[in-house]
Amino acid sequence: MKKIIFILSLVFIGFSMQSQEVKKKKNAKVAFEVDGICGMCKKRIETAALKTKGVKFALWSPKTHQLNLIMDERKVEVGIVQQNIANVGHDVILKDKKITASLEAYNSVHPCCKYRDDKIILDHQGEMKKVKKNN
Amino acid sequence: MKKHFITSFLLFIPFVIFSQTNLKGMIMDKNNPKDNLGVEGASVHWLNTNVSAITNKKGWFTIPYKKSYKKLIVSYLGYKTDTVTITSLKPIHHFLTQEGELGEVTVRTQKKATFKSTLVTANMFTVNSEELLKAACCNLAESFETNPSIDVSFSDALTGTKQIQMLGLTSPYLLITQENIPSVRGASQVFGLTFTPGTWVESIQISKGAGSVVNGFESISGQINAELVKPFSDNKFFLNAYSSINGRLELNTHINKKVSEKWQTGLYIHGNYRGQKFDNNTDGFLDMPLANQINVMNRWQFTDAEKGWVSFLNFRFLNDEKQTGQLNFNPKVDKETTNAWGSEIDTKRIDASAKLGYVFPELPYQSFGFQFAYSNHQQDSYFGLNVYDIQHQSVYSNLIFNSIIGDTRNKFKTGVSFTYDNYDEFVNTSDFNRKENSLGAFFEYAYDNLDNFSFTAGIRIDTHNLLGTFITPRLHLRYVPWENSVLRASIGRGKRSANIFAENQQLFASSRQINIDNEGGNIYGLNPEIAWNYGVSFMQKFNVFDKKGDITFDFYQTDFQNQVVVDWENPQEVSFYNLDGKSIANSFQVEVNYNFAKRFNLRTAYKYFDISTDYKSGNLEKPIQPQNRFFANLSYDTELTEKGSQWRFDATFNSIGKQRLPSTSSNPAQFQLPEYSNPYQLLNAQVTRVFSEKFEMYVGGENITNVQQKNPILASNDPFGSNFDTTIVYAPIFGRAIYAGLRFKIN
Repeated sequence: MKKIIFILSLVFIGFSMQSQEVKKKKNAKVAFEVDGICGMCKKRIETAALKTKGVKFALWSPKTHQLNLIMDERKVEVGIVQQNIANVGHDVILKDKKITASLEAYNSVHPCCKYRDDKIILDHQGEMKKVKKNN
Repeated sequence: MKKHFITSFLLFIPFVIFSQTNLKGMIMDKNNPKDNLGVEGASVHWLNTNVSAITNKKGWFTIPYKKSYKKLIVSYLGYKTDTVTITSLKPIHHFLTQEGELGEVTVRTQKKATFKSTLVTANMFTVNSEELLKAACCNLAESFETNPSIDVSFSDALTGTKQIQMLGLTSPYLLITQENIPSVRGASQVFGLTFTPGTWVESIQISKGAGSVVNGFESISGQINAELVKPFSDNKFFLNAYSSINGRLELNTHINKKVSEKWQTGLYIHGNYRGQKFDNNTDGFLDMPLANQINVMNRWQFTDAEKGWVSFLNFRFLNDEKQTGQLNFNPKVDKETTNAWGSEIDTKRIDASAKLGYVFPELPYQSFGFQFAYSNHQQDSYFGLNVYDIQHQSVYSNLIFNSIIGDTRNKFKTGVSFTYDNYDEFVNTSDFNRKENSLGAFFEYAYDNLDNFSFTAGIRIDTHNLLGTFITPRLHLRYVPWENSVLRASIGRGKRSANIFAENQQLFASSRQINIDNEGGNIYGLNPEIAWNYGVSFMQKFNVFDKKGDITFDFYQTDFQNQVVVDWENPQEVSFYNLDGKSIANSFQVEVNYNFAKRFNLRTAYKYFDISTDYKSGNLEKPIQPQNRFFANLSYDTELTEKGSQWRFDATFNSIGKQRLPSTSSNPAQFQLPEYSNPYQLLNAQVTRVFSEKFEMYVGGENITNVQQKNPILASNDPFGSNFDTTIVYAPIFGRAIYAGLRFKIN
């Protein structure tokens, strides 16, 4: 019996040590993909992220669709930030799942930001080409 | 046995989880895949843990691995952060891609020669190198000729030095900085702008109204910051030669070299020379001084992007010599005699400065910066029988910390600064020595709601040995009432000690007696100057006939609580005294920019100034200040060909209204001037032919309509008599000047 208690306690030590490893960070760097197209999307996505209490810094790249965050994990869960972004109309694409913005939210974005529409995406690509040419 | 099996199994579980299984991998740069060189210092960590590792010199990392870890985050400053899904313990090879490659492309196309932002809180605009090329000559003082917010005026009939004004106030009331270190001040106030060659300037930021508290308490009507070319981004080799029919020759060379991975250096050499005597108005005096200048700067730039360090070291040496006066004046024989009237101004200046910046690699919004600058400025000069020597040593240091409160919508800057100035002046027979030192602390908070409202509120407290302990508040607001418009407002206080001789040294070139009212103040017996500046500005962008444009209305007021009044209303005297009453400068400006057609731009502005001061003799308009000015600039570029060749055309028109002249009513009739000068118009134009990215030539004309002030020197035939005066200059002295030059660069 004594032995079992000893063994169990060893098991527990192992678990408790492990749990310390997922300690919540004050300046956690988080990155995930958010769908969007243009500079207006960038502003909308970053604003939605920053307005979530606990998010300190947000940078979204129109080219890679990557959103980089610095956030206080003690104050906010990344899921809440992702939901807030979906609430302003942008799909959050995670490795294992997708948080889809509701149709209502998606419809609220500016017509030029309709990233689900292939035609609009093409328009923007055309713009980029033009931009390059002028250079 | 079974029992033992279970216990040993149980025992194993934590160890399995714990077991030091490691994942190995290599991080490389996608842009350099050939060499397969690893990226040193990239960080990797498991998603939602703080188990992390950093790559070694060869780009390899080893990170503890557990079954529960699936996503590995790879990050490196300046590169896109990647998430790699790990399914086995096989070593991984991962390529990083650089961030913002496309972003840079877009920025370049949007780049305009001048840039008015709707996003910045302060009423600021940026003039970049393209705009600076429109006026090919020659130094910082002449860089503003295509810019309506800055007025260029003439300081005196002898040196031809151009003075700049903003909101109707001359440069002592502007804070002029070089890479945010105050530069044109103290002894260099009058000629300082001519000591920065135009080719050294990368861009200029002009802010109207009260400045930021970060750079000190001295700015009153605005701030001009010049960013110099940087060894890292400037051409490897650059050559500019310039020649004008007014006898001026200039040569500029830049050489930039990479010393090591992190160090880059640049050597910039400027020389100008005028050896020919001109007297187009036949008054017996040189229209422009004989001059030569050698100006050498060496810059060192250190960048360590991984660790977040950036540093600049600057060294500069300047030697400037000017000679002016009567045509037959020979300085060797006639110096300080009445044989002939002449003047020499010799300046030697040494500058050394260092800047150090650190951005926390994990926190891109947090940084600190340190600036340190030393200068020694020595001017030895005489104007006829008046002698004026000044030596000014100056130390400036500033430590700034930038961070956020909560999130990046709330930013702040805070820090401490220390300045020291030692003035040693010799005026005719009197010595004036003065030491100034100040220690200050500042805090500036900036809020931005990321949409339509932002503000910057700053406060600083300084303790100064002559100005006392005082608070300097500054506030800027920005509000977007509707699309494509912006409303700005600012309020702020400034305080400074007036260097009465250095700022008004043109008055030595006259027979005026100098009077200083000693009222027991700390600076020449006078009190420090204190002023409040208030301003509002409204900009609206528009689309007319499918072409873009914008219109801006600005109104600013500077209200002096104390000013050192420079009273030259008596033609035999110049008096300096403390303001008793009111001194107010109002300025109103409407500016319209319109893009007529592709690459064809018009910029036009109307300005109205109402500047008045209570003199001892009553309230008077500021002398030699037009109430009305009109400005127009047209520019046209042909389309850039495949080879990179292009024509560029540029023309600037200025209409200057009548100006009140200082009173000459007590002079004998032949030396009396009218109460007001006549209005006049000026036209400058330039054509640039770009042959390729490497080579371009330009030809231009200044004052094409050949406007000249008749008799700029009073009593020029009797320079040692009591009516001699070279200070009443309201129009160009030299007529039309045609110039040509070339630029050659190797990237």
